[in-house]
Amino acid sequence: MRKCIITVLGKDQVGIIARVCDYLAGANINVLDISQTIVDGYFNMMMVVDVSAADRDFSVYAGDLSRLGEDIGLNIRCQRSEIFEKMHRL
Amino acid sequence: MINIYEVNETNQMIDEENLDVRTITLGISLLDCVDTDLDRLCGKIYQKITATAERLVSTGEEIEREFGIPIVNKRISVTPIALVGASACKSPEDFVAIAKTLDRAALKVGVNFIGGYSALVSKAMTKSDEDLIRSIPEALACTERICSSVNVGSTRTGINMDAVRLCGQIVKDTAEATKDRDSLGCAKLVVFCNAPDDNPFMAGAFLGVTEGDAVINVGVSGPGVVKHAIEKVRGKGFEELCETIKKTAFKITRVGQLVAGEASRRMGIPFGIIDLSLAPTPSVGDSVAEILEEIGLSQVGAPGTTAALAMLNDQVKKGGVMASSYVGGLSGAFIPVSEDKGMIDAVQAGTLTIEKLEAMTCVCSVGLDMIAIPGKTSAATISGIIADEMAIGMVNQKTTAVRLIPVIGKDVGETAQFGGLLGYAPIIPVNEADCSAFISRRGRIPAPIHSFKN
Repeated sequence: MRKCIITVLGKDQVGIIARVCDYLAGANINVLDISQTIVDGYFNMMMVVDVSAADRDFSVYAGDLSRLGEDIGLNIRCQRSEIFEKMHRL
Repeated sequence: MINIYEVNETNQMIDEENLDVRTITLGISLLDCVDTDLDRLCGKIYQKITATAERLVSTGEEIEREFGIPIVNKRISVTPIALVGASACKSPEDFVAIAKTLDRAALKVGVNFIGGYSALVSKAMTKSDEDLIRSIPEALACTERICSSVNVGSTRTGINMDAVRLCGQIVKDTAEATKDRDSLGCAKLVVFCNAPDDNPFMAGAFLGVTEGDAVINVGVSGPGVVKHAIEKVRGKGFEELCETIKKTAFKITRVGQLVAGEASRRMGIPFGIIDLSLAPTPSVGDSVAEILEEIGLSQVGAPGTTAALAMLNDQVKKGGVMASSYVGGLSGAFIPVSEDKGMIDAVQAGTLTIEKLEAMTCVCSVGLDMIAIPGKTSAATISGIIADEMAIGMVNQKTTAVRLIPVIGKDVGETAQFGGLLGYAPIIPVNEADCSAFISRRGRIPAPIHSFKN
C-alpha cells in the first residue's frame, strides 16, 4: 500500500466530496478514510487514499486535483503520508 | 492513523510559518580527479560533478512535489580544491581556472552554489594552500556560484596566525574585487576554526577528506515554526518553554530526515548527516532574532540575549538529535545579520553591536556571520576580529567562523544590498584601535592545554 493524504480547504459548497471522489475513482485511487469538519462555513477535509494501483503518475493526479480545486474555488493538495507520520509519530 | 489536526498543523507550518528544508547538499569527492595537467584536471572535475549531480535538482523537485515541503536549495560541496589542485596548479591563476570549471559545472546541473573552494591550513600552509588562498579574490569576482572557505585553526592544532594575517588581506582584496556589487564576494568567503567535514550549509560547505565518494547531507530550518510554537507558552516557566522548543525541533528535524532518506534512496548515494540548524532568511517570520524576542527580550542584543540564545541552541539540539539517525555539520542556531530581519532591525536601532554578536557566537553556531563593516576597515583589524573569533572556537572546542563584508565605498549609517537569501545589512561600527603589531607576529598560537586529551 502506498498512502497519500489529500486535504481540501475552502468555502463549503454542494458536491465537494463527490467531485474529488469522482476523480479518484477515475484514476483507480482507493479512499481509505475521510474526516471532515466545517467551521464558520469553511470546509476542511482530509482523505487517506491508497495510490498503489493508480493508473497515472503522482505529478499527474496531484496536478489534476490541484486544478480541480482551482475550478471550484478550493485549495486541494495531495501529499505522500510519510511527511505527517514522520513528524507526528515516533 | 494520522488525524486531521496533525495534518493541518504540518501544512500550517509549511504555509504560514516558513517550514522548509533549507538545503540538500551533495558532497562529491574530487580526489580521484587529481592530475598533473591543469586542463585534464579541469576536464575530470567537470565530468565527475556533472555526472554525479545530474539528478540532484530533479530529485529535489520530485520530493518537494510529493511531500509538499519546499526544499529551498540544492547545492554541491567538493573536496577542498587546495588538495585537488596541488599537483596541477603552479600559481593562483591556475586555481582560478578550476574555479571557473566549478562554476560551469554548477550552472550545468542547476545548483545555485558550489562550496569547497577551500584550504585547510589550521597548522601551516603548503604552497598550494597559499596559492589557492591568494586566488580567492579573483576566483570570487569572476564566478557566480563558488563559495570559498579557509580553516585557519582548531582546538588540536592552535591558530595559524600567518593564515589569519593573510585572510584579513584576502577579505579586503575580495571586497575590492567585487566593490561594484557592494563587495558581494565576501558573502561567499568564510574563515573557520574547527570546520566540520560534513557541513551542508554555504558558504562554508566542503567535503572533508574523511568522507566517502559522494554523500547527501541535509540542512533543516524553521525559525518561524519555533517562534509560533513558543507564542503559546508566553509568560510560562523555562521548563515549559524548553519542552516546547524541543518538541518543535524534533518535528522539524523529522521532516529533514525523511527528505534526506528519500534523496539518498532515489539518487543511490549514501545519507551522511542532518544539520539541525535554525537558519533564518530576510523574510518576516523566518528570524532567529524574533524567537529571542518572543522568549522575552525587547530586542535582540539586550542584556539576556546570550543566555536566551544558549538555551535556544541547546534545546534545538536536544530535540533534534533523537529525530535523526546521524547529526552533524554545524547544528545550532545561525545568527547571520544580513539574512535575519530581526538582526537587521536591531543593528539599525543600535541595540546589537559587533561585540555583543561576538559574545553570542560563544554559545551558538557559528560565528560573526554576514556582518557588513565599513569599507575603510584595515586588513589588520579584520585579521584581529578573525583571530578573536578563532580563539573562541579553539578554546571552547566548537566551530566558529567569520564572514565579514567590508563594503568598499560605504560607511556606518549606510546599507549594503546583497539580494536574495543573502539579504541586506546596515553597516556596523568596528573598534578601530590598532592591532597590527599583534597581527604581524609570525607563526601560530599553540593549541590550548585542554586539547591534550589522550
